[in-house]
Amino acid sequence: MQPSLSNYLLVGAVLFVCGVICMATKRNGIGVLMGVELVLNGANINFVAFSKFTALGLDGQVFSLFVIVLAAAEAAVALAIALNFYNNHLTIDVDRGNKLKG
Amino acid sequence: MSSMFTIFALAACLGAIAVVISQSIARMAFWLIVSLGSVAGLFFLSDADFIGAAQLLIYVGGTLVLLVFGIMLTASGPYMKIETSPAETMIAGMIGLLFLFMVFSTISGVDWEGSRQQIVEATGQPSGTVGFDDNSEGNTLRPLGFAVLGLRPDRDLASGQNTSPGYLLPFEIASVHLLVVLIGASYLARAKRRRDVA
Repeated sequence: MQPSLSNYLLVGAVLFVCGVICMATKRNGIGVLMGVELVLNGANINFVAFSKFTALGLDGQVFSLFVIVLAAAEAAVALAIALNFYNNHLTIDVDRGNKLKG
Repeated sequence: MSSMFTIFALAACLGAIAVVISQSIARMAFWLIVSLGSVAGLFFLSDADFIGAAQLLIYVGGTLVLLVFGIMLTASGPYMKIETSPAETMIAGMIGLLFLFMVFSTISGVDWEGSRQQIVEATGQPSGTVGFDDNSEGNTLRPLGFAVLGLRPDRDLASGQNTSPGYLLPFEIASVHLLVVLIGASYLARAKRRRDVA
């Protein structure tokens, strides 16, 4: 039995939900970043699966290529921000970043 | 073929779940490598060879190494493990399971093949694209290169019209964006020189 479109979409959904839970519950700033990576990968699986199984054709693959490149850029900037946060607070716990709280 | 899909899909899902469950940040990085590598395997299985190679090179080889460096620079002694309270984990898990159930029921409720036929009939799009058939499956490097240069021979040859848009402008925007981001990241992460008050 060949894998169908729904199989790919289910894998993408699992990765997306895991990423969202990771972003919501992890208190380590780097852990939140990992959740973002998981979410982007779930979206990428959907793009490539639609590119294979529907009339979307090559466009889905081009989109996922852009997603990969922009995710790399986002990780670089977020890591720089995390390092700055660590220099100022001496921890990476995101719950400590509450200076803007009213 | 199908057994390979099962293996990679299971590894991707279990790796993602292990990222959520594990408390140590270094173990999270390891499970993320497993998950993203399996996603690259799924890309190879779905005829997207270049995307799979890019996933391995950029994500697993670049972004994750960057994350591991971030862990190395920020995880000191008592902050190796930052625990989440059990109540928060329970609530997040329940909401996540509900959301997953909703997405599962939605996906399995859609007739994908029927909607594809409808789209093909309504828009007159070619159902398959040239250079995308079984003879050259997975060989997407040349069509992708043309697409980011603004040419779409895969669409134009199939439909007979010369109107398909390429991706030259997004490609240029992405390249300038990368340049700006890298300069900005090195500016943000630079070693600050403390200025003495005169």
